Amino acid sequence: MLEIDAVFAGYGRVPVLHGVSLRAAPGEMVTLVGANGAGKSTLLKVAAGVLAPQSGRVLLAGEDVTRVPSHRRVGTGIVLVPEGRMLFAGMSVAENLTLGAYLRTGAAARRAVESDRERVFDLFPVLADRLEQPAGTLSGGEQQMLAIGRALMADPKVLLLDEPSLGLAPKVIGEIFSVLDRLRGSGLTMVLVEQDARLALKHADRGYVMRTGEVVLEGSSAELLANDDVRLIYLGAWHGTE
Amino acid sequence: MEASELLQLVIAGLKNGSIYALLALGFTIVYAATNVINFAQGEFYMLGGMLAVFAFSGLNVPLVAAVALAVVTVAGIGALFERLAIRPRKDADPMALIIITVGGSLVFASVARHLFGSDALPLPEFTPGPSFVFAGAAIERQTIWIWVIVTATVIGLTLLYNRTRLGRAMRACMENREAARLMGIDTARVVMVSFALAAALGALAGVAVTPLTSTRFDIGAGIAVKGFAAAILGGLGSPLAAVAGGLLLGLIEQAVIPFSSVLKDVVALAVLLLVLFVRPQGLFRRTRKEKV
Repeated sequence: MLEIDAVFAGYGRVPVLHGVSLRAAPGEMVTLVGANGAGKSTLLKVAAGVLAPQSGRVLLAGEDVTRVPSHRRVGTGIVLVPEGRMLFAGMSVAENLTLGAYLRTGAAARRAVESDRERVFDLFPVLADRLEQPAGTLSGGEQQMLAIGRALMADPKVLLLDEPSLGLAPKVIGEIFSVLDRLRGSGLTMVLVEQDARLALKHADRGYVMRTGEVVLEGSSAELLANDDVRLIYLGAWHGTE
Repeated sequence: MEASELLQLVIAGLKNGSIYALLALGFTIVYAATNVINFAQGEFYMLGGMLAVFAFSGLNVPLVAAVALAVVTVAGIGALFERLAIRPRKDADPMALIIITVGGSLVFASVARHLFGSDALPLPEFTPGPSFVFAGAAIERQTIWIWVIVTATVIGLTLLYNRTRLGRAMRACMENREAARLMGIDTARVVMVSFALAAALGALAGVAVTPLTSTRFDIGAGIAVKGFAAAILGGLGSPLAAVAGGLLLGLIEQAVIPFSSVLKDVVALAVLLLVLFVRPQGLFRRTRKEKV
């Protein structure tokens, strides 16, 4: 579904990604793990069109979308839940959701948008209770739920999630990941960037381990969870059995 | 002072304040979309009056049509100004863009001088006739028009922002431009529309006030200071606060007049400095608490 092919990218003259490739098959949940500054978020930005790569390609269902700017990339079906949520804090929950479906106009889309809204409320019932509340007044967990809900309103083919667990209590993280499991069950393709590698690999089908702008390891979640290097470096196994 | 004199000052304050409010709205709308203070805003006011005079006296177009023509043309000039002068440098720091707007305002004023001359040019009142007298105070008919225009503008903007897709996109850009792009909003287009809208509001103010004061090529800079002060007073955030800032500035000016009429024009600058020193977020803006 999503294919990233030998991408080189960076900010200004600072290179961050050195030929990174990644693929996510339809319905697959893929995770990117690695230390801070490994280039995980940068890769998502390239996928979402926020950052143009110096070279390499981004393909969606075989179609080259590398040069499609971010505000049109949404229309192709690649939708990013950005790090830090980036909600419209002064606007209501309802308006945030409506903006998520900004590009879906016309009479035909209206019914689909309405049913997607119901689906978001089904996934995150708390949002239905907070409709008129400004997004900035929600709790951190609710904000993350709204950020995911808003992205779902765009009817994504591929959902990119950047650190959805950041700064949240374990109980809330559990709620959010159980929703991600449901989305995966419904056949949505997802790419998840997570600091907490154990959490991410527990929920994803496959994983990529990144270090200083390169993919150093890839495999099924089970393989990676069992890999000694991964255990030692990214799962903090030295605290347990050594 | 008698009550009727006081009322007369209040009426004058609300009349001038309404004009400042329209200018302040222009500053606020452009700032919200770009973080740039557009100092050419006063020239849109000047051009509005000039073009209305030109259409009415030069082309013999009926007054209503001349007013509409002026406002629409200036909106187009605003969009063009954004496209040609601002967008090519949109990644420059806001200071560079602000300087560009200052340069733009000089260009507009000097082109207007060449096209329309350096004389003060009059426009008839929208509905000529004697002033209304209310509790001993006189209200010119044109003043009523100015109030009608401001009220209609506020209602129109409220509907635009809350009921339309474009308005929602504009608010989204005010809140978070990067997130707006992630929603699929073409933020460059929103910026252009913002300039056009701000220019139209400036022109509307200029057209509405020309029957009272006449217009000249060099009035833009002076009114820009007033409008800017009003916008700062309102906090450069919410459009309603901009209107409140404008009306308040108009009233403060009138409050100074009984003591010294020469001080009237200093008021805007004094208010501007005072607000920037004491309450830079404006009078009405609450510091928003956000949970993380």
